[in-house]
Amino acid sequence: MTDAWQPPAAPAQFAFSAENEARARTIIARYPQGRQHSAVMPLLDLAQRQQGWLPPAAIEHVARFLEMPRIRVQEVASFYTMYRLRPVGRHLVQVCTTTPCWLRDSDAVVAACKNKLGVEFGGTTADGKFTLLEVECLGACVNAPMLQIDDDYYEDLTPEATERILDAFARGEKPAPGPQGGRRSSEPTGGPTTLAQFTKDG
Amino acid sequence: MPTLTIDGREITVEPGTTVLQACELLGIEVPRFCYHDRLSIAGNCRMCLVEQERAPKPIASCAMPCADKMVIRTNTAGVRKARNGVMEFLLINHPLDCPICDQGGECDLQDQAMAYGFDRGRFHENKRAVKDKQMGPLIKTIMTRCIHCTRCVRFATEIAGVEELGATGRGEHMEITTYLEQAIGSELSGNLADICPVGALTHKPHAFAARPWELRKTESVDVHDAVGSNIRIDARGREVMRILPRLNEDINEEWLSDKSRYAVDGLKRQRLDRPFVREGGKLRPAEWSEAFQAIAARLKGQDGRRLGAIAGDLVEAESLLALKDLMAALGSPHLDCRQDGAKLPGGVRAGYLFNSTIAGIEAADALVIVASNPRREAALINARIRKRWLRGGLRVGLIGQRAGLTYKYEHLGAGPQTLKELADGRHSFFEVLRGAKRPMLILGMAGLARPDGAAVLAEARRLAETAGLIREGWNGFNVLHTAAGRVAGMDLGFLPGESGLDTEGMLAAAERGELAALWLLGADELPMRRLGTAFVVYQGHHGDAGAHRADVVLPGAAYAEKDGLWLNTEGRPQLGRRASFPPGDAREDWTILRAFSEVIDKRLPYDTLADLRRRLFQLAPHFARLDAVEPAPWGEFGRADRLDAAPFGVAVSDFHLTNPIARASGIMAECSRLAAGGAAGTGTHG
Amino acid sequence: MLLDQDRIFTNLYGYQHWGLAAARKRGDWDGTKAIMDKGQDWIVEEVKKSGLRGRGGAGFPTGLKWSFMPKQSDGRPSYLVVNADEGEPGTCKDRDMLRHDPHKLVEGCLLAGYAMRAVAAYIYIRGEFHNEADILEAAIAEAYEAGLIGKNACGSGYDFDVFVHRGAGAYICGEEMALIESLEGKKGQPRLKPPFPANQGVWGCPTTVNNVESIAVAPTILRRGASWFAGFGRPNNTGTKVFCISGHVNKPCNVEEAMSIPMRELIDKHAGGVRGGWDNLLAVIPGGASVPVIPKSICDSVLMDFDALREVKSGLGTAAVMVMDKSTDIVKAIARLSKFYMHESCGQCTPCREGTGWMWRVMERLVKGRAEVSEIDMLLDVTYQVEGHTICALGDAAAWPIQGLIRHFRPELERRILDYRRAKAA
Repeated sequence: MTDAWQPPAAPAQFAFSAENEARARTIIARYPQGRQHSAVMPLLDLAQRQQGWLPPAAIEHVARFLEMPRIRVQEVASFYTMYRLRPVGRHLVQVCTTTPCWLRDSDAVVAACKNKLGVEFGGTTADGKFTLLEVECLGACVNAPMLQIDDDYYEDLTPEATERILDAFARGEKPAPGPQGGRRSSEPTGGPTTLAQFTKDG
Repeated sequence: MPTLTIDGREITVEPGTTVLQACELLGIEVPRFCYHDRLSIAGNCRMCLVEQERAPKPIASCAMPCADKMVIRTNTAGVRKARNGVMEFLLINHPLDCPICDQGGECDLQDQAMAYGFDRGRFHENKRAVKDKQMGPLIKTIMTRCIHCTRCVRFATEIAGVEELGATGRGEHMEITTYLEQAIGSELSGNLADICPVGALTHKPHAFAARPWELRKTESVDVHDAVGSNIRIDARGREVMRILPRLNEDINEEWLSDKSRYAVDGLKRQRLDRPFVREGGKLRPAEWSEAFQAIAARLKGQDGRRLGAIAGDLVEAESLLALKDLMAALGSPHLDCRQDGAKLPGGVRAGYLFNSTIAGIEAADALVIVASNPRREAALINARIRKRWLRGGLRVGLIGQRAGLTYKYEHLGAGPQTLKELADGRHSFFEVLRGAKRPMLILGMAGLARPDGAAVLAEARRLAETAGLIREGWNGFNVLHTAAGRVAGMDLGFLPGESGLDTEGMLAAAERGELAALWLLGADELPMRRLGTAFVVYQGHHGDAGAHRADVVLPGAAYAEKDGLWLNTEGRPQLGRRASFPPGDAREDWTILRAFSEVIDKRLPYDTLADLRRRLFQLAPHFARLDAVEPAPWGEFGRADRLDAAPFGVAVSDFHLTNPIARASGIMAECSRLAAGGAAGTGTHG
Repeated sequence: MLLDQDRIFTNLYGYQHWGLAAARKRGDWDGTKAIMDKGQDWIVEEVKKSGLRGRGGAGFPTGLKWSFMPKQSDGRPSYLVVNADEGEPGTCKDRDMLRHDPHKLVEGCLLAGYAMRAVAAYIYIRGEFHNEADILEAAIAEAYEAGLIGKNACGSGYDFDVFVHRGAGAYICGEEMALIESLEGKKGQPRLKPPFPANQGVWGCPTTVNNVESIAVAPTILRRGASWFAGFGRPNNTGTKVFCISGHVNKPCNVEEAMSIPMRELIDKHAGGVRGGWDNLLAVIPGGASVPVIPKSICDSVLMDFDALREVKSGLGTAAVMVMDKSTDIVKAIARLSKFYMHESCGQCTPCREGTGWMWRVMERLVKGRAEVSEIDMLLDVTYQVEGHTICALGDAAAWPIQGLIRHFRPELERRILDYRRAKAA
């Protein structure tokens, strides 16, 4: 394929922006003196948000920042699924397919995503806008099926809703996250069966 | 002290003892892969499961501390089933390529599979394949064989002090690797292959070289540094195939430095396998008789005062004595075993020994290192310091060049002035030493092998006295040698006699043309250009600097090819045993000297090694007390003198190339090149 | 049915604002200092008396757990760690508490932390809950601002901090020892016990790890009294509980109900009933992915509590009820869980690292029937080889769903194998 996505090369250098460095120091301050290694996860997240992924230079920067051996940072970065050790598209589309979502036909959502984006799981669209991933349970099971785009959950999906959301992102918009079928959050569709005086919309 | 019952037998153990250890005390075998008694407990392989009464499920005995009234069973059907199950899990993704695996025959997994494996597989899925990892020139990886016990990760982190190995990924995708597959920057990396219970990490230089059962095993001692590591030399026919560590709790525990292990290929290269005589400026092969005659002709009629002898770093005690006896017979007082010019004090043993002993490091609570980089000069003493440091409560100060040691230290200063300040009590670290229960000082050759070495020594002695390093039951003064043969040479007085010249004196005399002949017994670390026109006899095993300069070359035996006594830096005599034979016409060194003595009619009074040893033990009875450290009484040594302001240099600039054997080794050359290229692990730890 | 006045999470659905002002109107932070004034031992005793059992799945008595913490410090500080790493498939209750009622959790942190003499609480929230964590952090900031936590919390004279620590995608960090490792900046690989966290937890200090719900219900229990809480449900299974009902129901939802409510009543009343009617029910996984599936025959009458579900060889777990109607490919449903456990195994110990992958691969073949009948028992044997032999409970959790499947649906497995063989022969 000639029009396949060309991932960016790994940068040779990485350093926190001034703003992120200040944030990093605030994060480290949450942990007891001498326990700055505890901050490795949030700092990797900061680096990833700054760079878009975690090239070796970013891992090494975090290691230096926390005075931690690089292999220990690498272990952490490779253990948790939210760290991207390879470049990804601008938007990360993560579809949950674990049993609760699967019972509510996540297969159709997956098909809609693959169809719309023209890529398989792990693929990135040629324009670099979307990377599609399969994920394990994201903890929104009573709003299944669902997917996560970047930091937001889109729930109670149908194939149509899925396509509508992806279209919106493709246009540069950000549709309202949450349940797409009309309910507010995790209450039964049609209105809560409990908490009458607390669930009057206000 | 908890008392528990294991398989119906009662045992009382020290608090903190694990169930597995208690089982071992009772002689009950518990299979294990991840557990290693010198590493932290991981509890991950699950092979050591046992049953504990009233526990809902089997427990990992390696991780469970003994408790009072515990009832443990190791021999039930349930335990057996649990272990069988774990074994099956370990094997489902293991390649079972034993026939082509270098671990075959000494593989824990293979052995345990005999006891706990099924006779057929139930796993009908595809086996996992894992990409091999680069780890440098010493460790070969076949990662599909890895059983994820993490012994290697723990060894690197805990013992070697290089946090470069890790397990990345998770679940069945977990893989052992260095960061971005960089070479391991440790001088102890060979031990990784030793502790790997399977064939995932093996010794790269030994790949496909031999099967363990083909090898003849000889227990010996190492000479690549002055630690005196206990080794096992494995040979096939005349060829030394590999060298492994042998357990000695007092010295190397069960570890070995990479040089001691992997310089073994150096035994096969650059060997002097026949005598040579220089003729028309060129060395030509010669018969023994020709070589002896050439020397005899040159010595004939010479005043003994125009003859000298310098012994090198690898020489065993017997040859030292034989050469000393020969020089005495020739009437020469010019002898020295300190080719680096170290101002070690003759006569006062406490002044040149590692008095605290290596194991004694573990009792120390303060340490000042003077002019030494223990990591390069004695990797296993460095590992012992790290072991002590990891336990907490050891403060380390360093005077001399900053170095990447594997423990935190305070850099006190660069040269003798700091040492003086410390001895004067004008440095804050003085109080650290004085306030400690077991304070130690380690003085390296970089402090002694300089013109003011005697003054440095005197200053170190003064510090030992003022800071209270010498006290009842404790001698905290330590000299760290780099030469395996040095202490024996000192003990035997292979030193300038009455108005004799030391190494520097002999070099100077040779430069002035005042030395007619010089006998170099394995001495290669000398500035050969300074030998002027002196007639040089080089007796040794490698075609290194000495042989190149020599007028006559007498081919001797390397350490693996002779029986001999070596005294390590502690002054501990140990027996090295012959594992192979010297190549070609080469001979054991004392026999060369004995044979030559007859040629010049000064027959040395021993015909056998036993005779020679009898004389040796008469002169120095402590040599006979093998493996024992004789405490040395404190005394006067060193010479109060002007101290040079120049900072201390380094005794070992290239860890991999310190002696003729190592310099002949292709493996060491490769390691040296890699280390010089700024490979991982040269940085400061902490 | 539980009355609204007895529901703790009155803003479960987020109809009202999560913020401090609204929370106070709902009764949060009311008389917190007075509760603290009653003393640490009183709080622990009251929670013990309430019968509250841990809401994270294992159901360990919460008050008892608190009582393990040292009453006298040996110089080390003590910590409360809140497990908000909600990831058990089927479970999404903590998420609602975090985003809609965070002050219940923050107040709970103070009271529980005070009771166990902790200096701070660290709330470990799964990284994917990005927006939820933002809200939680904002609520904590409000509480600091109002003097409810921090120095002299609520004017009690007690100093107490609350911090948020975000995970980064690892189900295993919901295991308390893995969570502690992760909080220390390491891979989430469970530590061996002993030592137990109350002795050596995070940073080597005494630590208690509690689920979000366990902590968030504490203030209400302490305000309304142990006997009030103990009045719901059966003995040893007391209190109210937030249930998550997902899968093949007409109206999937979260709902707070009394413990020991009949499963059928729970589904019918709140989730609009099983899709196609109760008789269309095939099976239910009653407590999150880790507990064995139970067929309709058991669901007809089982109560939703710890003991009742244990009696039928399943478990209450996180009270996440996954409903499967008769259209469900039950083998595939369980096989997907096997894939989940393989994906989430940390890789540390042998039986789980090797066993989860093996079990999943056999399950995948069983979905299609591409197996021998004898492999059903072989698979069962493998689950027993994993169960009870691992460092943490993930191995058990991976084994149990398969055991439940074979226990109740063996004929289905056999049928597929025979069908596959017939189809191949034809």
